[in-house]
Amino acid sequence: MAENVKAVMDARSEDVAARNRRAAWVRTGAFAVGFVVLVLVVNALTHGDFLTARNLTNVLRQITVNAIMAVGQTFVIITAGIDLSVGSLVGVTGVVMALVANALHLGAAGTFVVTLLVGLAVGCAAGWINAVPVVRLGLPPFITTLAMMQVARGLAYILAHGQPIPVQNTAAFDWLGTGAIFDKIPGFPGIPYQVLVMAIVAVVFAILLGRTAYGRYVLADGGNEEAARLAGIDVRRVKTLVYVISGGCSALAGLLLMARFESGSPQSGTGYELQAIAAVVVGGTSLMGGRGTIVGTFFGALLIGVLNNVMNLINIESYTQQIVLGVVILLAVVLDELRKRYLARAR
Amino acid sequence: MTVASDAPLLRMSGIVKTFPGVRALDGVTFDVRAGEVHALVGENGAGKSTLMKILAGAQPADGGEIAVDGHPVAIDGPKAAERLGIGMIYQEFNLVPDLGVIENVILGVEPRSGPFLNKAAGAAEATRILAELGIALPLDRPARRLSVAEQQLTEIAKCLVRRARLIVMDEPTAALTDREIDALFALIAKLKAQGVAFVYISHRLEELPKIADRITVLRDGRAVETGPIADLPQDEMIRLMVGRPLESHFPELPPVAQDAPVVLDVRDLSSAAGVAVSDVAFAVHAGEIVGLAGLVGAGRTEIVRAIAGADVPTRGEIRVDGARVVVRSPRSAIKAGIALITEDRKAQGLVLGMTVRENTTLAHLGRFVKGGFVDRGAETRTTSQEIAELRIRTPSGEQLVRNLSGGNQQKVVLAKWLIGHARVFLFDEPTRGIDVGAKAEIYALMVELLRQGAAIVMVSSELPEVLGMSHRVLVVRGGRIRAAFAREEATPDKVIAVATGVGEHDAALRQAQHDTPS
Repeated sequence: MAENVKAVMDARSEDVAARNRRAAWVRTGAFAVGFVVLVLVVNALTHGDFLTARNLTNVLRQITVNAIMAVGQTFVIITAGIDLSVGSLVGVTGVVMALVANALHLGAAGTFVVTLLVGLAVGCAAGWINAVPVVRLGLPPFITTLAMMQVARGLAYILAHGQPIPVQNTAAFDWLGTGAIFDKIPGFPGIPYQVLVMAIVAVVFAILLGRTAYGRYVLADGGNEEAARLAGIDVRRVKTLVYVISGGCSALAGLLLMARFESGSPQSGTGYELQAIAAVVVGGTSLMGGRGTIVGTFFGALLIGVLNNVMNLINIESYTQQIVLGVVILLAVVLDELRKRYLARAR
Repeated sequence: MTVASDAPLLRMSGIVKTFPGVRALDGVTFDVRAGEVHALVGENGAGKSTLMKILAGAQPADGGEIAVDGHPVAIDGPKAAERLGIGMIYQEFNLVPDLGVIENVILGVEPRSGPFLNKAAGAAEATRILAELGIALPLDRPARRLSVAEQQLTEIAKCLVRRARLIVMDEPTAALTDREIDALFALIAKLKAQGVAFVYISHRLEELPKIADRITVLRDGRAVETGPIADLPQDEMIRLMVGRPLESHFPELPPVAQDAPVVLDVRDLSSAAGVAVSDVAFAVHAGEIVGLAGLVGAGRTEIVRAIAGADVPTRGEIRVDGARVVVRSPRSAIKAGIALITEDRKAQGLVLGMTVRENTTLAHLGRFVKGGFVDRGAETRTTSQEIAELRIRTPSGEQLVRNLSGGNQQKVVLAKWLIGHARVFLFDEPTRGIDVGAKAEIYALMVELLRQGAAIVMVSSELPEVLGMSHRVLVVRGGRIRAAFAREEATPDKVIAVATGVGEHDAALRQAQHDTPS
C-alpha cells in the first residue's frame, strides 16, 4: 500500500518536475525571442553601432565591477540584510593593494598573487567586522555597514594621502587591466580577462548559492531565521559569511579597477553600493529576504549596463540617463511585484 | 443618548462568529449592567477573546446584535467602540514604550490649540484623572520602565480619559503581586461606585468571588451559564467550563513496559526566557507520552524550548538515554536526538517560501550532501517517502509550503523531524488549528513513535487532548511543575484546579514525578 502510494507520488513528482521544466523552457524561449527583437530594435536605433563585437565586449567590460559587487550583495540581501560599505571597500582595498604592490619586489606573478591575497583579506575582514554587531547584538546591517562605508572611505583617503597611487609594477596588472584571451582571432576583439573574472565569480557563487548546503542555509535564514535556527542551522555563522563574501567580492572589484587604471584611487567606488543594490533588486532578489538568484543578479547588472551603453550610443546626455535608470529600477520591481500577485491569484 | 428603562449598559445577543473550520461563537448572549463587574470564564478556545474582540471592534461578528443602553449599535472598528464608551485592556498592554505616562494616557485624544498640541491641557487632564482615582504614577517615566502594575494603571487611565463606561480586562492579575492585586480591586470598586462596569476575564477562579458580581461561563462558543457569582461555587464553575466528556477519537496508547528505560531525564532545569522556568525535573521512559498541562503563559512552552536548546537553560541537567547532553543551541539538542515540534509552525517551524522538499531536509541537510553539493535526487526520494507515509496532500515535493493547508503544513514539520530518527520528541501544541482528520493522523503517528521506543513530551492547551494522549500528566504553573498525575487519576477538575492555583497536589507530585505508571 505504502509502496503503491510512494510509486504514485514519485510519478507525480516527476510529472510536476517535467511540467516545470517545460514551463521553464517556454518562458526561456519567449524571453529569448523578446530579447532578440529588443536587440534588433536597439541596434536599428543606434544605426548598427550596438551589435558589434567591440561594443558588446565593451558592455561586458563595463559591467564587471558592478556585477561582481552585486553577486556578493545578493547573498547579503537574501538574508534580508544590506551592505552599504561595498563602494568604500572597493576604494580602500584598491589603495591598499596599490601600496602593497609598490612595496613588493617579487616579479610580476608574485606581486600579483600577494597583492590579490592581501586585498581579499582586507575585504573579507571588513565584511566580518560588518557582521559581528549584526549577528551578536542584532543591530541593523544598514547601520553597521553605513558606519563601515564612512570608516573605509576615510581610511582610503588617509592611506593614499588624498591622491591616487600609481602602480609601479604595471607588468603585474596590465594583463588583467586591459588584456584579453582569444584576441588573436581576426575580427574578434577577444574576451577581456576582466570579463573572464566576472564569469568565474558569477559561476562559482551561483553554484554556492544554488547547489550547496551553505546556499540553502542562506535562503532558509532569509526566509525564516527562527525556523532555520531551530532546525539546527548555525545562523550566526551563515550570516557572518554573507558579509565576508560581500567584502571579498568588493576587494575583487577593487582589484579590477586598480588594474584597469593602473592606480589605487581613494575615491574609486564612490556610489557603487547603490548600483550594486540596484542590480540585485532588478535581478529579482527580494529585499525582504529568502528569495534570489545569482543568474538574476547577473542579468540585472547586464540590463543596467546595456541601458547605459545604448543611451550613450544614441547620445542621451547623462542627466537624462540618470532619470531613465531610476525609472527602469522602479519599473523592474513593480513588474516583479505584479507578477507575484498574479501568480498568487492564479493559485 | 437617553437610557431606555431597565436596559443593561451592554447587551450582546445571539453573537455568531465562524473561522474556517471552527465555529468560535455559536449564538452567545451576554449582558453587562452599569456599575457591575461581570466575570467571563472558560477554557482556552472557549470563545472569550473572540467575543471581546467583537465588542472592541477588532473583529466583525457574523451574526447577532449588540445594544448599548438598549439601543442597537454597530461596532465596525475600535473607534466606534471607543465612542460607545467601551475600553479594552488586553493582557499584552498597548502602550508606546518610549512615551511617558501622560503622553500614553492622552494618546490619540490630545487637546489641541489650532494645529499644535496643547501639552499643558493634556497634562492637566491626565493628572486630574489620576488624582481623582488616587493613583500615584511617575508621570514622566517612559512606559518601558514602568512596572506591570503601573502599566496597567496607565491603561485604566487611558480608558477613563476616553470616558469609558465599560472596561474589559483580560487576565488583569496574571502578573501582579498580591498587594498590587488588592490595590487593583480597590480601584475597581471605586470605579464601580461611579457607575463604571467591568468585564473581568480570568483563569484565577479563586479570586472571582472577591471582585465579581455576576459570572458567565463560556464553553465551545456557547454561554452555558450566567448568574450571580455567589450562586456558583468554584467546583461547579470548573465542571461547567470543562463540561463535555473526553472525546474518544484518541487512539489506544500502548502501555509503557515495566522495565522501559528512561530516555529523557531532566533535572533542576531553569531558564530565563519569557516565563522563567524554575527547577523543572521529570523523566520520560521509552514508549511513554508525558503531557504538560497548564494555562496559556504557564511556562510549558518555555520548558520544552529549554530542553531543545531553543532558549539556553541557565541551570540544570538533561540526559538522553543516560548520557548527559550539554544543550547550548538547537543544534546541540538535535545532535543529542531531541526534536522540538514548535507551537507556531508558520513563525518557527517552516520556511514558507521554500518547497516541501527543502523544508523536509532542512534540519538534516548534511546527510544529503555528496562531494560538497546537495544531492537533490536523494532529497526528492526521501521527501516522496515522507509525503506518502504521512499522507501529506501536496501535488509534489516541489510545492511551496506556503500553499499547503494547516494540517499538511504541520505534517511537513513532522516530516522534517521524523527523518532524523530522534529519541525524544517534544510536541508543542501539535494539533492547534488543524482539522479533526489531520489530528487523528498526528495522534496515530505519535503512537507509532512510541512503538519505535521514542519518548514524547506533549504540551497542549486542550485538556481532553492532554488527558487522552498522555501516560502521565504534569501540571505547570508559573514555570514550575506543580503536580503530576498518572493517567488514570488525572481528571479535568484536578488538573484545572492545580493549573489555576486552587489546590496543589504536592504529595502526588513527590510520589509520581519519577515513577513509571503501572
